[in-house]
Amino acid sequence: MIVKRNELTWFERLYLPALIGGLKVTTRHFLNTLTTKTPVTQQYPEEPTTVLPGYRGAPYLVRDQDGHTKCVSCQLCEFVCPPKAIRITPPGPTGKPADRTNAEKMPEEFEINMLRCIFCGLCQEVCPEEAIFLKSDFSLTGLARSEMIYDKEKLLALGGTHPGIQKWKHKLDEAKEQETFPVKV
Amino acid sequence: MAWLDSLSPQTQFVFFTLLKIGCVLGLLLTLVAYAVLAERKVSALIQDRVGPNRVNLPLIGSIPFLGQFLTKLGFWHPLVDGVKSFIKEDFTPAHVRKIYFWLAPAISLVPAFLVIAVIPFGSTLGAQKMVIADLNVGILYTFGIVSLGVYGVVLAGYAANSKFPFLGGIRASAQMISYEIAMGMSVIPVFLVVGDLNLGKIIEHQAQNGWNVLPIFGGGFSAQSLLLVPCGMVSFVIFFISALAETNRLPFDMAESESELVSGYHTEYSSMKFGMFFIGEYANMFAGAAMMTTLFFGGWTLPFFGLDVAPVAGEWWKGLLHIGIFMGKMLAFMLTFMWIRWMLPRFRYDQLMDLGWRRMIPLALANIILTAAVLALTNR
Repeated sequence: MIVKRNELTWFERLYLPALIGGLKVTTRHFLNTLTTKTPVTQQYPEEPTTVLPGYRGAPYLVRDQDGHTKCVSCQLCEFVCPPKAIRITPPGPTGKPADRTNAEKMPEEFEINMLRCIFCGLCQEVCPEEAIFLKSDFSLTGLARSEMIYDKEKLLALGGTHPGIQKWKHKLDEAKEQETFPVKV
Repeated sequence: MAWLDSLSPQTQFVFFTLLKIGCVLGLLLTLVAYAVLAERKVSALIQDRVGPNRVNLPLIGSIPFLGQFLTKLGFWHPLVDGVKSFIKEDFTPAHVRKIYFWLAPAISLVPAFLVIAVIPFGSTLGAQKMVIADLNVGILYTFGIVSLGVYGVVLAGYAANSKFPFLGGIRASAQMISYEIAMGMSVIPVFLVVGDLNLGKIIEHQAQNGWNVLPIFGGGFSAQSLLLVPCGMVSFVIFFISALAETNRLPFDMAESESELVSGYHTEYSSMKFGMFFIGEYANMFAGAAMMTTLFFGGWTLPFFGLDVAPVAGEWWKGLLHIGIFMGKMLAFMLTFMWIRWMLPRFRYDQLMDLGWRRMIPLALANIILTAAVLALTNR
C-alpha cells in the first residue's frame, strides 16, 4: 500500500498551523496538570509502588508445601550464573541429609551476592527443582558489602513457601498414572 | 540623606551607580537561579509531572503550612543547586587547552551581564534614573556585546579539544553569527520610527505613540500608526526568533543538542565552570527578554492608569511599580521561552541556516524598506 502524501499548502509551510497546534497541546497539558493535580509522577519512597507479575526482582530460595528446602544442591544455578553471584557449599559425604523425601541432599550453605546479581533470571530458568525464584523485591540496601551477601537462612526466609508448585507431588501422581492402562492424559 | 547631599556630584554618581550595579546584579542572579527552577517546573507541568519538590530546610520546613508548601514548590532547589555546583569536584581533563578552558566560562558569562547595563528597568526612583548606563548608543552597544557572547561558546568548544564540544562550538558560532544579522536588521524599523538609539528615548516614544509591536493605542488612530502595525509585528517576530537562536534556546538548540552532541560545547566542563555557562545562558535569556520588552513592548510603561509617564517627586511607589511592570513583562517573555521549548522540535542544522539566511534576512530587509516607505508617504 502506498500512502498518499499530499503536498503541503503554502499556509502549512509557514509552520503556523503546526505552531498553533503545539501551543494548544502544551497549554492543555500545562493547565490540566496545574488544576486537576493528577500528574503521572509516583512519589516513590512515600507512596509504595507495586510491580507487575512476572517482574524479575531479587532471586530467593523457596520451601515446598511442607516447609522443606527444595534446593538439592545440584549447583546448576551456580554454574549458569553470569556474574558468578551464587556460591553453593554442598553437604559432602558426611553432611546433613535433605530435610524432605525424594531428595538426596540439600545445600549446606547457599549464598547470593546481591551486589553482583544482575537479576537475569537464569538461575530460576535452569533450576530442575523449581527451588529458586525471582521475587518482586527490587530495592535491596545494606550498610556494608558483607550485609549484601544473603545466606541460606535469609534467602529461605525471604522466599517463603511455594505450595502452588509441587513438582514431586505431581511427579508421583504422574508415575502412579503410568501404572494403569490406558494412560490418562 | 544630608550625608549624601554633602558629596560632590561625581561621588554621588559613582555611589549611586555602584548601588544600582549591586542591586541589579544581585536581583539578576537570583532571577537566574529561580528561572532554572521555573524552567524545571514548567517543563514538568507540560509533561504531566510534578517537578522538583524535595528540598526541605530544617527550620523553615517545620513551619506548619508554609514549609511544606515551599518544599512542594521546590523553592529551595536553586539554593541547593548552587551549593552543589560549588562543592562538586572541578575536574580539568588532561587533553584540554588550559588557558582557554579557564577563560571560556567567564567570557560567556560577562557579556550577558554587560547587556543589562543599558536596559532601563524602571522610570525613576527619587532623582535617580533606573538605568545603570544611560548610553546614547544603547542598542549599538547591546549588539556589540551580544556578538562577544559568541566567543565564550566558540572558545569553550575549541578549548575542550575533543569532538563533540568542537562540533557544538562550530554550530553555535555559525548559528549565532547568522542570526545576529537578522536580529540587527529587525531592529532598524524601530529606529526609523523612533529616530533615536537611546533605549530610554525608545520607551518614551512608545509611551506617547503606542508600543512598537502594535502602535495603535496611545497615539490614537491615524493612517500612519495603522500602516506601521504590520511592520512592528514582523520586526518583533523576527527579533523574537533571532533571540531564541542567539540564546541557543530550543528549537535552535544547535550548540548543545543533547541527543547528538552529549551536551555540546560544555561537555568537558564540570562543577562551577559548568555552572557559569548555565548562568550565562539564562542571563542571556533575561537580556533578550529585557531587550524585547524595551524595544517592542514599551519597557516599564503601561498605557493606562497614567502608568506611562515618569513619576513626579515623592511618587516613589510609582517608581517601584514601574520596575515591577518591567519585571512582569520580562518574566512573561521568559515563560514564553520555556513554553516554546516543549512546543517545537529542534530544527535540523540546514533548516536553521535556511531559515536564517533565506527567509529571515530578506524578510527583515523588506520590512526596513516597507517601514521607510510608510514613514516617507505619511510625512514624518
